[in-house]
Amino acid sequence: MALSEIGRSVIAILAAQALVDPAGMRESDRLEEFGLDSLGLVEAIFAIEERFDIQVPFNPNEPDQAGPGDLDVSTVGGIIRGIEALIAAKAP
Amino acid sequence: MRRVVITGAGTVNALAHDLPGTCAALAAGRSGIGVLEFRDADRLSIRIGAQIRGWTWGQALTPQEQSLYDPFTRYALAAAAEALAMAGEGAGEGAGVLIGSSAGGIHTWEDNYRTVFAEGKNRVPPLTVPRLMMNAAASHIGMRHGLTGPTFAVSSACSSSNHAIGQAFRLIRDGHAPAMLAGGAEAMLCFSGIKAWEGLRVLSPDGCRPFSASRNGMVMGEGAAVFVLEEETRARARGARIIAEIAGFGMTADAGDIVVPSVGGAAAAMRAALAEAGLAPEEIGYINAHGTGTRVNDRNEVAAIHRVFGHAANGLMVSSTKAAHGHAIGATGALELIACLMALDQGVIAPTLGLDRTDPDCDLDHVPNEARRAQPGAALSNSFAFGGLNAVLALRAAQ
Repeated sequence: MALSEIGRSVIAILAAQALVDPAGMRESDRLEEFGLDSLGLVEAIFAIEERFDIQVPFNPNEPDQAGPGDLDVSTVGGIIRGIEALIAAKAP
Repeated sequence: MRRVVITGAGTVNALAHDLPGTCAALAAGRSGIGVLEFRDADRLSIRIGAQIRGWTWGQALTPQEQSLYDPFTRYALAAAAEALAMAGEGAGEGAGVLIGSSAGGIHTWEDNYRTVFAEGKNRVPPLTVPRLMMNAAASHIGMRHGLTGPTFAVSSACSSSNHAIGQAFRLIRDGHAPAMLAGGAEAMLCFSGIKAWEGLRVLSPDGCRPFSASRNGMVMGEGAAVFVLEEETRARARGARIIAEIAGFGMTADAGDIVVPSVGGAAAAMRAALAEAGLAPEEIGYINAHGTGTRVNDRNEVAAIHRVFGHAANGLMVSSTKAAHGHAIGATGALELIACLMALDQGVIAPTLGLDRTDPDCDLDHVPNEARRAQPGAALSNSFAFGGLNAVLALRAAQ
């Protein structure tokens, strides 16, 4: 499936944070495969918030008990879906 | 070898504005955490903290003192005055001052950035620099009480207080000063202070629950605690009442991650403190844990305690008092030393508040939710800072 504009932006941000080529990042990939730790993820989410002017609910303290509204950060695709939903919810 | 004892203590924090009130609150299991109230707090996503309220000390200051003292200096000054009064006549003779702080005069930075950036003004008050400098608190304590010994500021994030107290202990033990005022002061509960921490996503939106399975981050606090440390023979010659002995100090650096604490670094600092104190693990009855309430700190700290204490961990009480006074960052070790003194001197162990669900990773006796009567002969106080800096104090009950 072709990536959305949002998906491409999110991958670009995650890849820049992980210092990897965005072309090699798949939606099914897990973040730890790129060496992205919780601090790297916090920085990437900040960049995503700035890029789309949204607030992303994410607490790295609660990886095992994310609430229904929290971002699924297990895979690249999970992050993209979550960000798309947040942007859709923001749209007037 | 000179021995170093504590003969005075003072504090201002969210629990109370003095030492007796703070001990009473810790013993009663009260928490100082509430809704944050300051300018622009409505623009924060984290709205809770352990904030000092109703404190009128500053009203008696002269206009010049008003313009010279950032809140962190005010907290330190009030705590130092209480500690010196408790230590009695002659305690300050020849003393120096070491005060730990992580952010120093952050209120002053914030106010003046507002003036020049937000309000577009081109002038700031002339005393801005001496008001915001990290050593302002230490210098003003010395100036008020005529303390001319070794005096400087210590800054190592959340270990600032323990580094300051540990260094003061060594200055006395090694003969550089007969007495020291040492502790920490922090006043980060302002818009820019919380906003910066918010970005790191380590703050809990709903409460501080150290060692609990439900924990989801730390809650910030503020305030100061200052102690009079004194060479033992001089303290006895003055007829001072000895609250406890500082017997050892251990400090290590993880040299690993900038924010994630390591088990090995924490364990090595505890071992070093025990070794300097000449204490066996079995002799420690109480540990005031760093216990921030983040997933990783509490899990790693418990693992480090197991590594150092082995079977002796079963006989330990390990509480975190941060759910009471909040995580006061550079002042936190000093506030927590009060809990250690209460344990050694009064036989009251301050509880871990907010411990509502057992976590298999945090399986020590964490003294959940209610204070306990016990008479430990020795205690440790742990501080583990961002930057991987570990500082552990070892204390012995007064003989």
